[in-house]
Order: sequence, then structure tokens, then C-alpha cells
Amino acid sequence: MNAIILTAVWGIVMMFGGVFFKSKATPKYWAIAGLTLIIIANCLELRSGEPFFNVDVKYMLSFNSFNLTFITVALASTLLFFLLSGRDIEKVGANVSEYFALIFFVLCGVCLAATFNTLLILFLGIEIMSIPLYILTGSDKRNLKSNEASLKYFLMGVFSTGIMLMGIAFLYGGNSEGSFFINNINVGDGKMPAMIAIGMVFIMIAMSFKVSAAPFHFWTPDVYDGAPTVFTSFMATIVKVGGFIAFIRLFENSFGKVHGQWQVLIAIIAAATLFIGNLTAVFQQSVKRMLAYSSIAQAGFMLLAIFALNDTAKEGLILYSAAYSLATIGIFAILIKMPDYTIQGFNGLGKQQPVLAVTATVFLLSLTGIPLTAGFQSKLFMLMAALRYGKQYWLVLFAVLCAAVSAYYYFKIIQAMFFKDADQHLGENTSTALGNDITPAFKLLLMITALLIIVLGVFPSLVTDWLHY
Amino acid sequence: MPVYYYIFLAVALFCIGIIGVLIRRNAIIIFMCVELMLNAANLLLVAFSKMHHEVLGSNQQSAAGDAQIFVFFIMVVAAAEVTVGLAIIVMLYRNTHSVDVNFLNRLKN
Repeated sequence: MNAIILTAVWGIVMMFGGVFFKSKATPKYWAIAGLTLIIIANCLELRSGEPFFNVDVKYMLSFNSFNLTFITVALASTLLFFLLSGRDIEKVGANVSEYFALIFFVLCGVCLAATFNTLLILFLGIEIMSIPLYILTGSDKRNLKSNEASLKYFLMGVFSTGIMLMGIAFLYGGNSEGSFFINNINVGDGKMPAMIAIGMVFIMIAMSFKVSAAPFHFWTPDVYDGAPTVFTSFMATIVKVGGFIAFIRLFENSFGKVHGQWQVLIAIIAAATLFIGNLTAVFQQSVKRMLAYSSIAQAGFMLLAIFALNDTAKEGLILYSAAYSLATIGIFAILIKMPDYTIQGFNGLGKQQPVLAVTATVFLLSLTGIPLTAGFQSKLFMLMAALRYGKQYWLVLFAVLCAAVSAYYYFKIIQAMFFKDADQHLGENTSTALGNDITPAFKLLLMITALLIIVLGVFPSLVTDWLHY
Repeated sequence: MPVYYYIFLAVALFCIGIIGVLIRRNAIIIFMCVELMLNAANLLLVAFSKMHHEVLGSNQQSAAGDAQIFVFFIMVVAAAEVTVGLAIIVMLYRNTHSVDVNFLNRLKN
């Protein structure tokens, strides 16, 4: 409860603060201070179970250690994002404090999507999460690519909302109690009634849109490519894992008992997502676009949690959110500093900026899933969860193969950084353009992020233990 | 009237909306088709609400009334989407002098 109320309030504070802030750098500090307080408030609630605000929500929201741990992970990733990329948010346009306000509203939506107990709150959470993002995507107003991405995202987002609402209506009509509570939709072990089945498929399609799973992923590369790079970083991490939490909570509580009947569908979606994401990423020349496809591929791995739907899967999903967010925010923070986004742009970075190159290597290794990194542990959790379910081993095998393919395109960047020299005619410009922007604080933060990834890779229980408070 | 009539009408509206989104090229018309989809869901929710009301009887009125309140939420969210969506379309129009989505192919290559 703390996080939901405080993020909304702080969003409003940031919005009106824009009138009073004199300097362009002020909003960043306010946002970081506010977010730190919100994280502390949320951790206190997680430890004690007692929120500051005792609001009677009539069971429409539920707070347990799983939800609250996830909210902590999402908020902490956002804090890291502010710290690493705060200066780049200031460069997007003139309305800096509004961007921060919108990000806080997105966080409020993520918190709602993580704690919903009725379909109404699910719908509101997803919408509160998406609508500010349409604005953030188009925030580079003069840039035609940003406009195009924004319109595409908007039309696709609203389209999927329509499908989700139709699904909700059918679920409401199909359950005999006439209720929106996700536990009441839970049908027995028998065959699903036709209306519930239709509603479930509609909602599955809509959620696949939101998390960019395979047959409905086509908007993702264009939108991630066109949006200002700082906001791509935010969209690809916090918002995407927020969608996954909503996905797993809905399907666990509402359709958990008929797991066997829809599991094949999820298995097919997961396999297709892994295949398309990884295979298309191999052919990309632009690193930004490659990371967009790689985020589709990572979504395929996270879908394994919804496929397996057991305790290991839930632990794994939290760990995956943390590992994936840390690594992706880190690699995007480095990408923003690069003068051009092609793979050749990374040539010779190892010599010019050794700190950036080494930390980028850690992030990429974590995304690939090399042992000793958090990415390895989280992928391991996902595969173990799917194996524990005990059926459809082909999916596990396929996921491992796809992870091997992903090594190819992640290593291409590492190779460019360390084993290729910078182009001569670009060399001078590149080093000066890079040098201006990179402060020692930024380097220190990158090193801390990389260290966090390695620590999580060795002791994953640091995150998963929170689930058992 | 049996509830099937309402279901058929809502599904028909929904399909018209989906087909419109898929085949029309004007951003505003696509947007109108999406609104049609949302309204199909509204209609369906109200019809189901009345259906549950008859089945469950008057002692469980709140259960059946929930859907009608849901409809108000959908309307509010749709209004919020209109404000953002039209702003995006206006922004695009200022830069390209067109609202045709076929112009939107700069990101492909």
C-alpha cells in the first residue's frame, strides 16, 4: 500500500514542482530522494506487514511477500536507472520534471499490476502503466522516428486493451458468481466452460502484447528503436517485468487448477518467442535494435515461469526481473554515451574507456547467462522450474539451444570492444565525444552495478529469501 | 430478450472494430475502431450484469452491479486514452502533414 500511494503522490509533487524548479538538474535530485524514501517505506511494509496508510480496499488488492518483493525489485531498478541515466533524461527535452512525474505514474501502475486482486485493478494497473509510456515514447517531439514509435505503441497498446477488456467481460459472464475477483474465476479441475476459455485466450493474447511475446511482438523493435534511448531502457526493463508479474499472478490465481489445459499454448508462445527473438537479433546491425530483439528473447525465458507455475518459477521470476533489469539498464546507460549505435561504434572501446568496456562485458555476459553472473542463476531457476513440472522437456532443451544462439550476438559486441581498433577517421571524434560525458561517479555506479550482478550470481538467495519473510 | 442476442451484437461490434484496425490506414479511423472494440466490451459487461442479476436474485445485488461500475472505469480510461492519442496524432500531423499510417515506415530500415 505504501508504494502505491507514495508513488502517485510523488508523481504529483514532481509534476507541480516543475513550476518552481529553477535549474534543469533539480528534478533529478528530487526524484532520487523521493524514490529512496518510497523504497524504504516499502521495505518496512515488507518486514512488518503493516502499511503506514490503513486503507480498506475491500480485498481488491493483496499484499504478500511475493508482491512486495517484486515491487522492491522494480523500485530499486528504477532508482538505479535514475542514478545512471538521470543526466540523459535531462537531455531529451525541456520538460524534465514532467518526465520524472510520468515515470512515477508508471511505477504506480506497476505496483497496482503487481498487487491486484480483481480484474478491475488489473485493467487499471495495466492502463496506468501504459498511458504515461505513450507520452514518454513520443517525448522527442521534433524527431519523426520518435513520433512514429509513439503512434505505433499507442495504437497497438489500445488495441490490446480492447482485447483484454473483451476477455474480462467473457470471464465475468462465464463465472457463476458474477464476480471480478480473480479467485472466484477459479474453475474446478474439470473442463473449462466455453466462455471462460474464450476469455482466457483473449487475456492471454492481450498480456502477450504487453510483454511482447512472439506472435504479438512485431511492435517491439520499432517502438524500442524509435523511442528516446533513456526511455527505451525503462520500457524494456521495469515495465516489461511489471507485465510479467501481472501475467503470472492472474494465471496462477484464476487458471491454476486447469493448468494442463492451457499450458501447451504458453509452451508454443514461449518457444516461438525464444526462436524469433534470438534468430532476428543475430542479423541486426544497430545495437539498440539488437537489444530490442534480445529483450523479446529474454521475455521468452520469463514465459517459462508461467509455463511451469510453481514455487521455483515464482522465485525465479523475481530473480530474473532483478538480473535482467540490472544488466539491461547498465548496457543501455553505456549505449546512450556512444556516439553511434552500430556495432562498429563499439570498436576499440576497450582501449579508450576500459571501465565502460569491462562493465559492459559483465552486463552482456549476464544477459547471455554465463556462470557467476545473475543472468546464469535466473536462467537456471527458470529451467529448473520447467523441469520440475515434469512434462514437455522439449521446451527446456529448446530454451538452452536458444541461449547458446544468444551468445553469438552478445559476444559480437564484446569482440568489437576488445579485439578491434577504432576507425581512424572516427577515432579522434569518438574519444572526445565520449570523454566529455563520462564522470567518475558514472563509472563508479557502473562498477557497483556490475558488482551487484556478480554478487547476485553467487548468492541468489539475497533476493529470493525475501519471499519467505 | 435472451442474453445471446447481446453477446452476438457485442461480438459483431468487436469484429468490426478488429477488422477496421487491421485494414484501415488512417490513424484516426483506426482509433475510432478501437473505441468500437471498447464499447463492445462495455455492452457485453452490462448485458452479463443483468444476466447475473436475474440468476443470482436480488440478495446478491452487489455482485451483479460490479460490472456496471466497471463500465464507468472503462469510459474514464478511454477518455484518458483519447487525450493522449489525439495529442500524438496532432504531433505527427505537424511533422508530416498527414495522418496516414503508411507514412510510418522510417523505422523499418
